[in-house]
Amino acid sequence: MTDGARPATRPGPTPREVATHCPYCALQCGMVLREEDGTVGVLPRQFPTNRGGLCQKGWTSAELLSHPERLTSPMLRDPASGQLHPASWDAALDRIAAGLRDVQERHGRDAVAVFGGGGLTNEKAYALGRFARVALRTRHIDYNGRFCMSSAAAAGTRAFGVDRGLPFPLSDLGRADTLLLVGANPAETMPPLVRWLAEQRERGGKLIVIDPRVTATTRQADLHLQPLPGTDLAVANALLHIAVTEGYVDDAYVAARTTGFTAVRRTVAGWWPARAEALSGVPVADLEEAARALGTAERAIILTARGAEQHAKGVDTVTGFVNLALALGLPGRIGSGYGCLTGQGNGQGGREHGQKADQLPGYRKIDDMAARAHVAQVWGVPADELPGPGVPAYQLLDSLGTEQGPRALLVFGSNPVVSAPRAARVEGRLRDLDLLVVADFLLSETAALADVVLPTAQWAEEDGTMTNLEGRVLRRRALRPPPAGVRTDLEILAALSARLRGTPTRRTVPGDGTAPAAVEPSGEVEAADPRVVFAELRRASAGGIADYNGISWERIDTADGVFWPCPDDEGPDSPRLFAERFATVDGLARFHPVEHRPAAEEVCADYPLHFTTGRVLAQYQSGTQTRRVAALRRAAPEAFVELHPDLAERLGVTDGEPVRVLSRRGEFQAPARLSPGIRPDTVFAPFHWGGRARANSVTNDAVDPVSGMPEFKICAVRVERA
Amino acid sequence: MTGHSERIVVVGNGMAGARVAAELHARGEDLKVTVLGAEPHPAYNRIMLSTLLAGKIGEPDVELAEVAGRGVDLRTGLAVTAIDRAARLVRTADGDRIPYDHLVLATGSRAVVPALTGLDPGHLPERVIPFRTLDDCRRIVTLASTARRALVLGGGLLGLEAARGLALRGLDVGVVHRIPYLMDRQLDPAAGAVLAGTLTGLGVTTHLAVEPTAVRVDTTGVRLDLSDGRSLDADLLVLACGVRPDTALATAAGLAVQRGVLVDDRLRTSDRRISAIGDCAQHDGTLTGLVAPAWAQAQVVAQLVTGQDPQARYRPRPVVTRLKAAGIDLAAMGDPAGGPGEELTFTDPTRGTYARLRIHDGRLAAAILLGDNPSVGTVIQLFDRGQPVPTDRRALLLGRAVGGAVAAPAASPALMPDAATVCQCNTVSKGDLVRCWRDGARTIDAVVAGTRAGTGCGGCRDAVAGIVDWLSRTDPVEVGR
Repeated sequence: MTDGARPATRPGPTPREVATHCPYCALQCGMVLREEDGTVGVLPRQFPTNRGGLCQKGWTSAELLSHPERLTSPMLRDPASGQLHPASWDAALDRIAAGLRDVQERHGRDAVAVFGGGGLTNEKAYALGRFARVALRTRHIDYNGRFCMSSAAAAGTRAFGVDRGLPFPLSDLGRADTLLLVGANPAETMPPLVRWLAEQRERGGKLIVIDPRVTATTRQADLHLQPLPGTDLAVANALLHIAVTEGYVDDAYVAARTTGFTAVRRTVAGWWPARAEALSGVPVADLEEAARALGTAERAIILTARGAEQHAKGVDTVTGFVNLALALGLPGRIGSGYGCLTGQGNGQGGREHGQKADQLPGYRKIDDMAARAHVAQVWGVPADELPGPGVPAYQLLDSLGTEQGPRALLVFGSNPVVSAPRAARVEGRLRDLDLLVVADFLLSETAALADVVLPTAQWAEEDGTMTNLEGRVLRRRALRPPPAGVRTDLEILAALSARLRGTPTRRTVPGDGTAPAAVEPSGEVEAADPRVVFAELRRASAGGIADYNGISWERIDTADGVFWPCPDDEGPDSPRLFAERFATVDGLARFHPVEHRPAAEEVCADYPLHFTTGRVLAQYQSGTQTRRVAALRRAAPEAFVELHPDLAERLGVTDGEPVRVLSRRGEFQAPARLSPGIRPDTVFAPFHWGGRARANSVTNDAVDPVSGMPEFKICAVRVERA
Repeated sequence: MTGHSERIVVVGNGMAGARVAAELHARGEDLKVTVLGAEPHPAYNRIMLSTLLAGKIGEPDVELAEVAGRGVDLRTGLAVTAIDRAARLVRTADGDRIPYDHLVLATGSRAVVPALTGLDPGHLPERVIPFRTLDDCRRIVTLASTARRALVLGGGLLGLEAARGLALRGLDVGVVHRIPYLMDRQLDPAAGAVLAGTLTGLGVTTHLAVEPTAVRVDTTGVRLDLSDGRSLDADLLVLACGVRPDTALATAAGLAVQRGVLVDDRLRTSDRRISAIGDCAQHDGTLTGLVAPAWAQAQVVAQLVTGQDPQARYRPRPVVTRLKAAGIDLAAMGDPAGGPGEELTFTDPTRGTYARLRIHDGRLAAAILLGDNPSVGTVIQLFDRGQPVPTDRRALLLGRAVGGAVAAPAASPALMPDAATVCQCNTVSKGDLVRCWRDGARTIDAVVAGTRAGTGCGGCRDAVAGIVDWLSRTDPVEVGR
């Protein structure tokens, strides 16, 4: 069963059903939604990524469609009481438009900022970027993908000339003789992907996992390297050192398809295995075994994820593993290569269409004159009116409400109060704004701070496209319209654009309370139609790195999605990249020498423990959605602090007892969970919770100089009994 | 040495000199750094010479990262002949005079040539070669290419590395060591014996507790006479008898020198404008002779000279000796016999495994790990960082790592508690499966459909099948048809 085999699954009278994809992670599992008697059920469906599997998050995803806490009316903060109160759409949009105008008049265009998310559809990500550049004419737009994939994106771009998470279909994993996962825990974060790992091992393949903790994924590994957090780069360089000394380097490939190896070889000459061992704690014998498994395999794949990437040296760490993959001759060989496991649902598409500070649609750079001219022409504006590059997410959040920073912020599909590093500081910045607008379908911690909250449609109520971790463009299909009082993000952007153009309009929304409008500018309706937006996105991306020009909704429907780049309607798409050349000017991949450096904050007498964050299976990102699903709340009811029993004993802490975790930036509190699977010098907590249990209250806001990625994965803390 | 120096001259382009140049370069764009290397080669990793000797890699593979051409003036093959401290300049063999604001001595050390009849340190015979430099390595490789037998004088770390490299080339190798056990500075007799056994398996014969007395060389070979009256014949003799700091320049310049050039915590010599690092330096009575301290010293000098951290001081860290090569895995740190504390030992002579650890005050004071010790990475880190040792000491001897949890054994369905989670992806317990069965689901597919167990990663399908099978055999509920 494929997307194409279910043409009849269109919204209609109940019982009705639709073939779509899960709302959560980048695996975008195929699922069927079926509505009967007002209740929506979920059924897994065969799709090339999940092959009929679904995790508990997917199974229960429809529960939020009719959740009692769902927002169904805009809300305005009453200045007198400080409380949020329901309001009409017109009142809400008027308040926003007036607020934006006022801020821009007093402080300039850049005083308004936009913050997007990696869960937004391609259409919405595109429309958001266009809205910022054309309607607001601000340079300040960025998104939470900065906290997810930005380090791998930057490393991939500088090595291969293109950033597509997996440059090959996911099914290649099942055929790899050796598979190395670096800082990835898919058994918890994308369980159906593990079906490919099981297939890989059934075929006799070897699975190696690098993770400072024992996880559901490392338990399945043939070899688990358990380095001190923050030392992955040293491990990567040592693996390449061993590849050189043991003769695993593919000299012919290096000569024919790459450039810059000499500098890398000289750098890794300084990373003899015993040096990396002392730093990381990974035994030389294990390093040698890992290098041998990669270097002697016919097909080998190296994948990085957040564990390697969420560091102030994330780009260099990923580059270390890219260097290893290139030296072994992996990228571009069928069944081999380097890839990044993208996290958010549309983490891939969300970084291609212009909601990144330095980007225009099609993965174009905003400071590239030709790119500006092309996109400006599609948008029908003079190229010189397009703003220049803004600043990365954390820098943007950290500047809000300050002398030089934006005074107004619009947030779509993100909850930085929980997900940003040094979150208490970010919360303070948001409070300092003159105007905070949040569009969401639940009252997230960020929405709770807003001056205006706009209720938005959920995934089952909207059409559009998503681009999964493979670079495969998929169709998200609406089962039914949004409930009364709710609008789609595209409708919101269209309405705001119209108001900012000085043509406030009325339109009919059921339950909106406004009279049927006699005049409804067709432009606004069109701008809110995802099909129309996608058609424009195709034109805007044409000729860019992420070229969607040849991708239509219809074409996606007839196949299991379409891989970009796909420049022509009639031409092929691109399931596998790099077979003949890389996306660089000369077609050669680039080696970059990278040196290990210490974490931005090292342990000391006052803060003697390493702290690292991550995820649990039953929760997703900031938890706004999954914490409200009963079954998931039962499975993962609260945050916890994972400690080694030896450490717990020294601290006098027993299992389940509340502990406080303190860093230089703040503290949080959660029950201790004792586990012999974590290093005694390291503590771990999941970041899905807000309030007192917010792990990001202590994380470090040091960022990678290239990608802007914050250092979520390591900081110094101390732990006390609460 | 406070404030920003402008012209920095580094004497030596070995591992210490090249490193300090790189550290300086990484910190100061406006520094003018001149590196003077006596050897004609670009900087190389001396640690990799044994791998080069073994023929596993080529010369380019031992080159280190190059900073020349990026604000650093690197002159190789140019020896420094004198330091004029009054004029603050160095004189080079080609007659140049190079002024400095700060001078870093990284002159390294030279191989010790033992006082033996037949050996003139100034004119070593062609078949007798120390194992110290890339040129030495080249000469050994050239001789080894036509040789059958090699002798190595010295059973310390360097000698064993040379012996192993030559053995990998297919030569019969003998190691002559005057102490009764190998690597006596790092090991105890028992570990030395295990190591000797390991080496025998790799084609290396050891001759222990014998003194060499004379060397005789002719056109066909070299003969080493021993104190026990034996003579050993070989095609070449490699000298691995230790190193001696190269302090000639410092001494001639009037700097305070004992065994090495004396330096304080800032790596300052008796002249505040001159630092010394690496093998040539003597800090707190100690010569290092290893890379790790040399690189730590290079960092301190760079921090001080650039003014980046005027408080930077060199603090020696405990030394870990590591020998890891095909068939040999040895880590030694501290003195296992040299102090109080509890002692852990493990010996498995058949497999060549030996472990001896001394714990004092809940911290690791010393350790010798030889052979297959999966805890070696953890032990080194605990020692290096002075962290508390695990409550369960077995983790130090036998554990894969201190954090290495053993997965719970698969209990039989009957013994599994109802609350035990069978399917992690969908949080399905054994009790949920049993309830589903009792509610009428009679096949695996029906139980899966009723509970969603196995629909995520699919990893628990066997466990679910096992429970359904167990229920079908034991549950009193009549099986429907």
